[in-house]
Amino acid sequence: MAEKGVAQLWRKIKAIYTIQGDHCTTCDTYYFPPRVVCPQCRRKGQLEKYTFKGLGKIHTFAIVRQAPDTFKRQIPYIVAQVELDEGARLTAQIVNCDIEDVHIDMRVRSCFRKITEYGESGIIIYGYKFEPTMKVTGHE
Amino acid sequence: MGKKVAIIGVGMSKFGELWDKSLAEISLEAGMYAIFDAQVRGKDIDGLIIGNMSAGRFTGQEHLGAQAADWGGLGNLPAYSVEAACASGGAAVRQAYMAILSGEHDIMLVLGTEKMSDVNQSMAMETISVASDWEWEGMFGATFPALYAFMARRHMMEYGTTEEQMSMVTVKNHKNAVHNPWAQFQRPVPLEVVMNSGLLADPIRVLHSSPISDGAAGLVMCSVERAKEFTDTPVYIESSRQAGDTLALHDRADICTMGAVVSSSRSALKETGLAIKDIDVFELHDSFTISEIIITEDIGIVKKGEGGKAIEEGLTEIDGKFPVNASGGLKARGHPIGATGVAQIVELALQLRGDAEKRQVDGVEKAMSVNIGGTGATSIVHILGR
Ligand SMILES: [Zn+2]
Repeated sequence: MAEKGVAQLWRKIKAIYTIQGDHCTTCDTYYFPPRVVCPQCRRKGQLEKYTFKGLGKIHTFAIVRQAPDTFKRQIPYIVAQVELDEGARLTAQIVNCDIEDVHIDMRVRSCFRKITEYGESGIIIYGYKFEPTMKVTGHE
Repeated sequence: MGKKVAIIGVGMSKFGELWDKSLAEISLEAGMYAIFDAQVRGKDIDGLIIGNMSAGRFTGQEHLGAQAADWGGLGNLPAYSVEAACASGGAAVRQAYMAILSGEHDIMLVLGTEKMSDVNQSMAMETISVASDWEWEGMFGATFPALYAFMARRHMMEYGTTEEQMSMVTVKNHKNAVHNPWAQFQRPVPLEVVMNSGLLADPIRVLHSSPISDGAAGLVMCSVERAKEFTDTPVYIESSRQAGDTLALHDRADICTMGAVVSSSRSALKETGLAIKDIDVFELHDSFTISEIIITEDIGIVKKGEGGKAIEEGLTEIDGKFPVNASGGLKARGHPIGATGVAQIVELALQLRGDAEKRQVDGVEKAMSVNIGGTGATSIVHILGR
């Protein structure tokens, strides 16, 4: 678990700070999180690092009202599956959005936030959350 | 086709918050009842398999095979545990099935066990969520109920499934559990209480969710040839099938369908030459009520999207055309994670033997269990007959 091992977090900092995954040039599929092999092409796959644009829409969501201690301070919060424009889907919190306003297909963009911290002397995890594009840019 | 491996004994510990009993004690309790029921002697047993998800995190103890064999006085027989998250119990049954079918083992004891109440609620929630893709779902704040809320939200949007239908599954399963002496909640719950229970992760409420439970279940299994040496009422596994899917829910094109359930149930039906209408009683994995609705569709009781209507029309009631979770299911019997898959088989064996007392379904000839792991990344299906 991340609260015990700094390395477990450190080794994927690129992925969770910048939404870096892979693009398989054989089958033209985008993957997030980064993969070791292309699950469709396997040995025929060619993976290249790819940084996602961070734009997408909400595929589904939940309002979390009961959470373990690591997230208790944030409840109630929105967590969603975000479908990125490149095709991959990921799971992230939605911020800068009232829980009454969130809806399926809402356009969102990534932002850099504190995810959680493991107690007073534990490590702090930063990474991606998403926010409605309307609020930030004034257009879809 | 036909009989593959026999089940000659079943046993259960009480399910619930068992503050006064340890993991080893509940495991032995279920195992000893199964051995007494089978009328075998301890020395006849030549192997022990335990389904368990996370004793290391829940209690601090691993190496459960050695522990149970030692404490049970079973000597130096081969003993180990298998893990497939919430499908660990089903995986243990399937391991024993394969070991006996191969001829490597003769008579095996299968246990499923979990002790969840020794940690606080926060720790329990964290441990449950390691059944999903923890690094990419749980770490970002997606609790286990939130992942099922993801499915429920899509199912409501795409098929018009309602909160009321999700709540009716709870009402049905609690009603059935009234007659199950091992159930954690042997009491009915009215619809309006379910619909007004606290929210875990909208739209999922506390009473749409299986509880935190301690408990163990046990089976004695042997070859078809030897079954009648021990009992006049063996039941038989006719098919044991398993399939997988992506670990993370967000990697699935359609999160309203559990692909692993579709393929494992189809392939089990094909192996036995049965159609879904030939199955007389079902134990389906209702860790959340939305999963019972989805699995009802995925095994073909109804078409995709009609699972909500199925519960509303009483199709899955104990006296309906397709009785689902006569035991009370995970919701009301309780869900000690590793025990569940074995407890499902215990219930089906009792139903086939005609020993299910007040929750007995009439004339059971064929029975099916569906035990899933995580959000459906593993599905294990068993079809049993007499
Ligand atoms: Zn590829």
